[in-house]
Amino acid sequence: MAQAAIQAQAINKWFGEEPTRTHAVKDVSFEANFGEMLYVVGPSGSGKTTMLSMISGILRPSSGTVKVEDADIWSLSSDALAEFRLKRIGFVFQDYHLFPRLTTAENVAIPLILQHREWNAAVQEAEHNLEIVGLKDRAQLPPVKLSGGEQQRVAIARAIASRPDILIFDEPTASLDGDTGRNIVHFVREQLLTDKRCIVIVTHDARIYEFADRIMRMEDGRVTGVDRSQLDAQ
Amino acid sequence: MPGILQIAYKLLINDRAKFAALLVGITFAVFLMIEMTSLFAGILSRSSSTVINIGASVWVMDPAVQTVANTIPLPDYVLDEVRSVPGVKYAVPLYSGAALLKLRDGTYQAANVIGLDDTSLFGWPQMLAGNIEDIFAENAFIAIKDSEFYKLENPTIGTEFELNDHRGVIVGIARVASSALFGVPTLYTTYNRCLQYIPNTRFTISYLLVEPKSPADVATIKARVAARGYLALTKDEFVQKISDFYMYHTGIGTNMMLMTLISFIVGLSISGQTFYTFILENIDKFGALKAIGAKGRELVSMILFQATFVALTGYGIGVGLCAGLIWLARTHLPDYAAMITFGNLTTAFVMVVIIAAVSSYFGVRKVLRIEPFDIFRG
Repeated sequence: MAQAAIQAQAINKWFGEEPTRTHAVKDVSFEANFGEMLYVVGPSGSGKTTMLSMISGILRPSSGTVKVEDADIWSLSSDALAEFRLKRIGFVFQDYHLFPRLTTAENVAIPLILQHREWNAAVQEAEHNLEIVGLKDRAQLPPVKLSGGEQQRVAIARAIASRPDILIFDEPTASLDGDTGRNIVHFVREQLLTDKRCIVIVTHDARIYEFADRIMRMEDGRVTGVDRSQLDAQ
Repeated sequence: MPGILQIAYKLLINDRAKFAALLVGITFAVFLMIEMTSLFAGILSRSSSTVINIGASVWVMDPAVQTVANTIPLPDYVLDEVRSVPGVKYAVPLYSGAALLKLRDGTYQAANVIGLDDTSLFGWPQMLAGNIEDIFAENAFIAIKDSEFYKLENPTIGTEFELNDHRGVIVGIARVASSALFGVPTLYTTYNRCLQYIPNTRFTISYLLVEPKSPADVATIKARVAARGYLALTKDEFVQKISDFYMYHTGIGTNMMLMTLISFIVGLSISGQTFYTFILENIDKFGALKAIGAKGRELVSMILFQATFVALTGYGIGVGLCAGLIWLARTHLPDYAAMITFGNLTTAFVMVVIIAAVSSYFGVRKVLRIEPFDIFRG
């Protein structure tokens, strides 16, 4: 039986105050396991990103618990929570959020630098990560000189820089054409998914569903179902 | 340098347009603040030029004297009384007054005339040409080669002129530490010749110059002089009294302070606004750093570092520019009164620190409020 990486238990999120209060996530419970690629899919406004933020230690749930390997992350202090995000979670944001004033290698080195690694050593290690995503020759370029797919790969290299065991992707293919998007997710599945790593992807791009182990559907803040993916059928 | 600060440094200097705008703001403010305060320091220094140049330890005067130029003559008996005070090594009279000169080409020129004690010549200037003993010659005057010297038609030894219808002759050229404030040349002669050539009231001594036997005697001298209704001040106290007069009892101090304040506000506005815009433009990057795992204090240290770096760089450039301009102005305009002091460097530095602190305060507030969740929402 796969070990649970993330356990969300009855989490809820409200935004705002009455009378405009919004119940964005409603009583959601699920598990994401190590060695698994879990998709969270649903229409815009269904609460996917809010739920993703709560399980990754970015947004505090209004109620419920989020455990990572049996530890309640929302009982941590803010510094400890930042440390948790830094060491255990790798983020790939929808808009990448790369730093245009830094080189590609320096962008990838950021998580290492935040862990107080020496600058040159961090950049050197970042270049190794760029090699993994096939961009070693772009190490000294600023991100703005790269194509959308290449920027996505840089964001992935940054996410895996501190060797986290949980990777969070927010709409990874939203800015990419079909083939590039598929190639990226295929690369993530083949190269980054291991028995000791859990990958959660929020998407509404049906073209990449084939790479998921499980697909959790959300609508109107609720989980409406969890499907086994086409991988099982293969 | 810690890596997080290195990121801050690169974010700052690689955004060349913003960095340049920030530097221009701070540099401009520092330049103006130091220029204004240096001008004021220069004016204050020149206003005390006679006190500085004569160099007596203690000056005795009428309590109503406000500046060295507005003398209130003392009766002769005060000299005798001061000489009798225990602790006085010696005391001599000084004459300081104004006269109208008729130069060789027939033009008139106002001048300061300093009359040194005939016996001791206490306070005589450093001679560049001629001998100080020549001051005892008939109609002898020594011309001071300062920024106003050319107004005497660049006299040489032997140059003649008229002073209140008396014949005068230059017997020496000398220099002093500080030029006068009011743009008139200075002549030195003996005290008694001043009394002969320049119309006077019943009392004639402008100041008494006193040398105490030891610094400890100054208090006694001051007390004894005060008991007679006069005022004894040390050289520094007299300079301070003159400075206070110009600072608080004329419009000069107020205007200079106002201009310095305006420079500060202009610098604060430009730099504050540009820095805040810089933070706003990078707010998603700060949010991303926070999401990745940067702690609040690390983000604060980044902003403080950026603000401090800009402030110190701008301060250095501003000081350099101001020093360069003052040097250039002095080269071409001998009358230019500006003096960079540790005081005005410190004032400008404190104001720059305030600019940096205020600029970064709003940035820090903004960055601490940014929620990483906003980064996810896009």
